[in-house]
Amino acid sequence: MDIFGRLTIDSLPFYSAIAASGAGITVLGALSVMAVITYLGAWRLVLFDWVSSIDHKKIGIMYIMVALIMLMRGFIDAAMMRSQQAIAYNNEGYLPPGHFDQVFSSHGTIMIFFMAMPFLSGLINLIMPQQIGSRDVAFPFMNAISLWLTTAGASLVLISLVIGKFSTAGWTAYPPYSGSEFTPGVGVDYWLWAVLISGIGSTMTGINFLVTIIKCRAPGMTMLRLPLFTWTVFVTSILMVFAFPSLTVAGGMLVLDRTLDMHFFTNGMGGNMMNYINLFWLWGHPEVYILILPAFGVFSEVVAVFSQKRLFGYISLVLATMAIGFLSFTVWLHHFFTMGSSARVNSFFGTMTTIIAVPTGVKVFDWLFTIYRGRIIFKPPMLFTLGFLVTFTIGGLSGVLLALPPVDYLMHNTTFLIAHFHNVIIPGVLFGYIAGYMFWFPKAFGFKLNEKWGTWSFWCWIIGFYLAFMPLYLLGFLGMPRRMEHYEIAAWQPHLIVAAIGAFIIFLGIVCMAVQLIVSIRDRQSALDLTGDPWNGRSLEWATSSPAAPYNFAVLPQVQSVDAWWDMKARGVAYQRPQQYEDITLPKNTFVAAVIGGAGFVFGFAMIWYIWWLAILCLAVIFVSIVVRASDDDSDFVMTAAEVKAIEDERFAQLAKAPKNEMADDPGFAGEPVPEAST
Amino acid sequence: MDVSSGIPIERTIKPYLIGIVLALILTAISFGLVAFEALPRETALIVIAALAVVQILVHLRFFLHIDFKSTPRENLIALAFACVLIFLMVGGSLWIMFDLYHRMMV
Amino acid sequence: MSATIMTVTPRDAEKYEEKEFGFWLYLMSDAIIFALLFATYLVMVGNAAGGPTGKELFSLERAAAETALLLLSSTTFGVAAVALSQGDRPKVLLWLAITFLLGAGFIFLEIGEFRGMIDQGAGPDRSGFLSSFFTLVGTHGLHVSVGLSWIAVMFGQVVFKGLTAPVASRLMRLGLFWHFLDIIWVVIFSVVYLPGLL
Repeated sequence: MDIFGRLTIDSLPFYSAIAASGAGITVLGALSVMAVITYLGAWRLVLFDWVSSIDHKKIGIMYIMVALIMLMRGFIDAAMMRSQQAIAYNNEGYLPPGHFDQVFSSHGTIMIFFMAMPFLSGLINLIMPQQIGSRDVAFPFMNAISLWLTTAGASLVLISLVIGKFSTAGWTAYPPYSGSEFTPGVGVDYWLWAVLISGIGSTMTGINFLVTIIKCRAPGMTMLRLPLFTWTVFVTSILMVFAFPSLTVAGGMLVLDRTLDMHFFTNGMGGNMMNYINLFWLWGHPEVYILILPAFGVFSEVVAVFSQKRLFGYISLVLATMAIGFLSFTVWLHHFFTMGSSARVNSFFGTMTTIIAVPTGVKVFDWLFTIYRGRIIFKPPMLFTLGFLVTFTIGGLSGVLLALPPVDYLMHNTTFLIAHFHNVIIPGVLFGYIAGYMFWFPKAFGFKLNEKWGTWSFWCWIIGFYLAFMPLYLLGFLGMPRRMEHYEIAAWQPHLIVAAIGAFIIFLGIVCMAVQLIVSIRDRQSALDLTGDPWNGRSLEWATSSPAAPYNFAVLPQVQSVDAWWDMKARGVAYQRPQQYEDITLPKNTFVAAVIGGAGFVFGFAMIWYIWWLAILCLAVIFVSIVVRASDDDSDFVMTAAEVKAIEDERFAQLAKAPKNEMADDPGFAGEPVPEAST
Repeated sequence: MDVSSGIPIERTIKPYLIGIVLALILTAISFGLVAFEALPRETALIVIAALAVVQILVHLRFFLHIDFKSTPRENLIALAFACVLIFLMVGGSLWIMFDLYHRMMV
Repeated sequence: MSATIMTVTPRDAEKYEEKEFGFWLYLMSDAIIFALLFATYLVMVGNAAGGPTGKELFSLERAAAETALLLLSSTTFGVAAVALSQGDRPKVLLWLAITFLLGAGFIFLEIGEFRGMIDQGAGPDRSGFLSSFFTLVGTHGLHVSVGLSWIAVMFGQVVFKGLTAPVASRLMRLGLFWHFLDIIWVVIFSVVYLPGLL
């Protein structure tokens, strides 16, 4: 047995300049991060305050860091594709087909699994427990495992740039192409293990959030007083728990086919290739709602706060969210209308797909009615929200078109489809998360982001988006298939050049976000959030300090109404100093979760390269770690009432120096919260 | 199961004895149908399926102590939702795959 | 023998309730996995690719023995749970051990079954039908094996820590797991073995 499995020196990417540069950048990136930490003398901080932390707020921030790093990697993939397609009319361009195939495969895989999923997990982790008046999620240790498993998956995708190659089978890895007969190398295996390992993390995250929302709410916080963001998290979590098993089954079977020579999806020997597609999309459709529902939740929060008006149609928004969640399990065949089903099957799923557009439409109207007659404050989160409302609607409409099987027969796998899903994902999912990032940044770090750069970032993103993707609708009508490495039709090129320009403008938008962050850190003393409530917010996360104390609330709030924090301000009971404090039990930091994540990463690597002894060793490490943790009855520590008082006293001292309302100086300020005349 | 403390209050083995007796009977009938080929195949399959459903309920009631009084509502709702989803996912998958088989010989 | 294992504070009681509910949700997600493995099996049961079918490979006697062992082990676990509620440490240990042996017997029979099939050239790489059979039944067997190691760990915890509240809470979750696996087995013999032999 070879100690290195199928890993050899040839696995290093010296066969191509582009591959070598990709590897070089990855390695350099990792080394620079370590160099910076060393330079700042921050290893103690990084390891003992962050890597070993199981505090939901820190885990949330780390998730978002993973998401932003992977956003850059996924964007580089996009830029490579746009530039290749802009020049490759009647010539090969600069990206050979094998490489181009890896690029589009990693672009989709990264953006969905390692940008969007961590981004939403991060925002939810940071904010949801505070919104429901809780001290943490229900299972802080499992929360950390989820983070580190996601990081393990992302690391597998990153290391595929350095050792071996990535998959060329697209982000969906359809067999038989993704089987061992047609793609025997390590690429698909990298994809499989990255997805399966992070998928376990996502299932655990869903369980964690569900139990938290159902069981850990503050007194008086009934389900119908939950903020809309938490409602969308609730439904998202249900989707995560019930949809990810399907991906685990589909991916697991493909692993068995590739590694143990089984015949789930082989072309012959009794394999059934369509079963993969069925199982994959059983997960895949709920997945896109997992991505968008939290973004819808962010928009609900932002639109109310920056219209300075109560969210319109609370019950309809809740019902619409639940309807979307349930219906998302009834439409999955629309991803493979063209693959041979009868008219009866196609029309059932087509009908369900058109129906699922309705609750989303209800939400859009509810947001519009919230804005109507509000006093709008055009800060960046609101800009992204307004951009979303217009742009996402177009994407939704193209989706309703595609929902009709006869139309889909024409448009399936053309760039029309690419345009459609980017038209819902970018203004929907990504704008939502960027808005959430800018909205909740002060809560995480205690100072606000620079608004000028945020505004420029928005304009680059939205202009860049239209330039990059509207041409793709036209190209779809002109017959251009997706994933084309080069082409011979002259009429396509001008559109692709415009699209490349759009991609460049989006790049500027990303640069603006990076500059925004740097400038904000530099100028943070002049943009401090002293009260914890920088936007005159409505929900309970704004009741805590910025950043929040480890325990979030020294005294759990007594909730009496929806928009609980606004209600407390209106009744004059906000910022009340408690008579006395109590001891608070908090979980201790621990490295075990990171160890499990690290072992998960090495396990995935070992399985990919057939290094069986290492895989078994990693399983043993994981098993032992779990047993050790499961035998630990002393995993909490007590923060005494005196310590809590010290932290709270400091906060009240800061409050004394702060303006009563941080929005009072804003020209658009509509006034202090007052008690509602009627409910 | 009393989940007010997550700690068991199950003080008697009565439910377990009832459970195993019922389960053994139901299992014996199913196995017997196969051993003695007592019914035509299609009928036997339906009976076996029905017996399985009943036995699942027996397990839920007597081994897992699930009932409408003491089991927390959220556990029951989660179970009901899982059943609905299983029906949709398995039913939908079987419909799709057998439809494809008939049309495409896949 | 007093049953004072656990004086639980209200906060701890909440925590155990959360763990139990969280574990229940995990079982629901596992139910989906098994449901999809069953669906795949039903789709592929006819795909023997010219190789052996269930009729040739399955044994009613062995399936009956495996069923008996697992069903009994669910009952013996129940006896252990009753002993737990009575704070009877030796009885808990005894019935955990019996449950372990019955479960191990089940695994032993199943490994024998798989071995035999592979030796006859009817391994999971022979056909789509066999891939789905081995994966469905094997995944269940893997879960049972994890359950066995969990029983062993809990045995150790009861020995070294006694019947404390955390230990009891873990035992109750193990019970949920163990009974759930018996339910899955009921579906396995009803969908795989019995129809295969008819």
